Amino acid sequence: MTVTLVAPGSVSSRGHSPGPSARLRKKIELTILLGPALVLFVGFVLLPIVIAAYYSLFSWTGYGPLNDFIGLHNYKIAFNDPFFIEAIEHTLILTGLSLLVQGPLSLGIALLLNRKFRGRAFMRLIIFAPYVLPPAVTAVMWSLMLQPGGFVDQVMKSVGLGGLVQQWLANIHIVLYTNFVVLTWQYIGFGIVLLLAGLQGIPAELKEAAAIDGATPWQVTRRVTIPLLAPTIRIWVFLTVIGSLQVFDVVWILTGGGPGDASTTMATYLFLDGFRSLEFGYGSAIAVILFAFCFVFSIAYQRFALRRDTAGALTGVVG
Amino acid sequence: MRRKYTILPLTYLVAIVIGGVTVVPLLFVFVDGFRTTADINNSPTGLPHPWIWANYSSILTTAPFWQFLGNSALIATVATVLAVGLGSMAAFALSRYVFRGREALFTLFVSGLLFPIGVAALPLYLLLERLSLLDNQFGVAIPEAAFALPLTMFILRPFMRAIPGELEDAAMVDGAGKLRFFVQILLPLAKPAVVTVSLLSFVTSWNQYLLPLLVFTTTSHFTLPLGVATYQSQYSQNTGAILAFTALAAVPALGVFMFAERYLVAGAMGAVKG
Repeated sequence: MTVTLVAPGSVSSRGHSPGPSARLRKKIELTILLGPALVLFVGFVLLPIVIAAYYSLFSWTGYGPLNDFIGLHNYKIAFNDPFFIEAIEHTLILTGLSLLVQGPLSLGIALLLNRKFRGRAFMRLIIFAPYVLPPAVTAVMWSLMLQPGGFVDQVMKSVGLGGLVQQWLANIHIVLYTNFVVLTWQYIGFGIVLLLAGLQGIPAELKEAAAIDGATPWQVTRRVTIPLLAPTIRIWVFLTVIGSLQVFDVVWILTGGGPGDASTTMATYLFLDGFRSLEFGYGSAIAVILFAFCFVFSIAYQRFALRRDTAGALTGVVG
Repeated sequence: MRRKYTILPLTYLVAIVIGGVTVVPLLFVFVDGFRTTADINNSPTGLPHPWIWANYSSILTTAPFWQFLGNSALIATVATVLAVGLGSMAAFALSRYVFRGREALFTLFVSGLLFPIGVAALPLYLLLERLSLLDNQFGVAIPEAAFALPLTMFILRPFMRAIPGELEDAAMVDGAGKLRFFVQILLPLAKPAVVTVSLLSFVTSWNQYLLPLLVFTTTSHFTLPLGVATYQSQYSQNTGAILAFTALAAVPALGVFMFAERYLVAGAMGAVKG
């Protein structure tokens, strides 16, 4: 990479313009500082997507030369495969549910925990804990608890909800929502802690002023707190959607996308139909589609929602 | 201030319910690891009767668990050192130097937040195959470091920027070069942010499942999450043993978390404040 210098004088606050040797020195320093990170980033983050876009134009099993160029055929196959369409639907359902259920839930819990009460720090610790657990651990744990007649069923029976017991992991109409509940258990702590952090950044004076003007607690929350929390909520929405679109670990270990294909996601489809079946050309096309979902969402979201939060560097990504 | 008293009971009720939903599954795993499978099947919600150590002791005295643990620790350490080392150098260049293309470069790095590692796993697999890094710990650690760079720089750069220029000038007057200023003054001052990004990349690497799943074929190379899932499918009839294994696999993550919660929360806040 080349680094171009700007006019001398703006370089530093030292009183004189740097001479040629100082410029050379700066160039060398910048190369040393930026070069390794740039190589790592371009090589392992950007390049794979570019390679995938290229491979996706071939029918290729991963071995032997790339010589069966088929243009956009892999994409055509994907969008004509009802199983892939279903995987997209499941992913979008999980994403939508995350926003509609986890959002209000995290907000409500964060508002409650924002009050001062004994044991608040401990509460925050507990609520955040599942988020740092390896998703594989979460998935194995819940798969054991959700066995028919297992822990969850017994607990429900003992609190009088025995009539609601289901084949959580075997009923094709329920299994997707079972996955959602487990995902919520794992990830809701992140939303709560994020929103709590945002709440603590809101000056108490504003709420007090509204209260003095006669606003009820509900009005203060609705008209003062939540609007001021909007930038945090927008960041949460962004992170949740990007996370939900690529959900894999929990679903794969809990149900493998099954039974049948009742709980497939785009990522489990990619793993099974691309990687496991050694269709690397096709798998690359799926990876590109999955990437396109994230990318299009990010751009649209930044254009329409995040633009106001100019302080965040995320905004700068697409400008 | 009367309303405080009417709302508090509700707060406690909600806190107890949420705490319960969060903690009970974890307790289930730890406690039922002390039971025989037959005992668990007889009464899934009961307490161990009698308490047995066999599940835990047989796991702790055989190689696989320690092997997985060692692999996870090695990979997460390499990934963290690479990501934070190179990331802080780059964040320094992008915060304390003025040059053309600086903002564009930062934007390029941060755009990596849109490329989750899950999306790139298959293309990464193909790349690693070319580099002969399949079934190799570095084949997992290096990409994980690369994917940790965006968040590392996103958090570190504003932090480094906020450190007053006078300090830098003073160091220059005292004859320190820019690089020396970076190592001896800036990095120590940026320690809280450096600790936060280190923990974030360590935990992210520690929890990663998909990439190791693609890369590793030899069981002795497996990381802990991969090991847990494999153990479950291997010993599917022995619920007690699986629970003990899962509990042990959760210990390092929970242990690190207990000590480092405030730094991880600071990371979450960093994401808010940019």
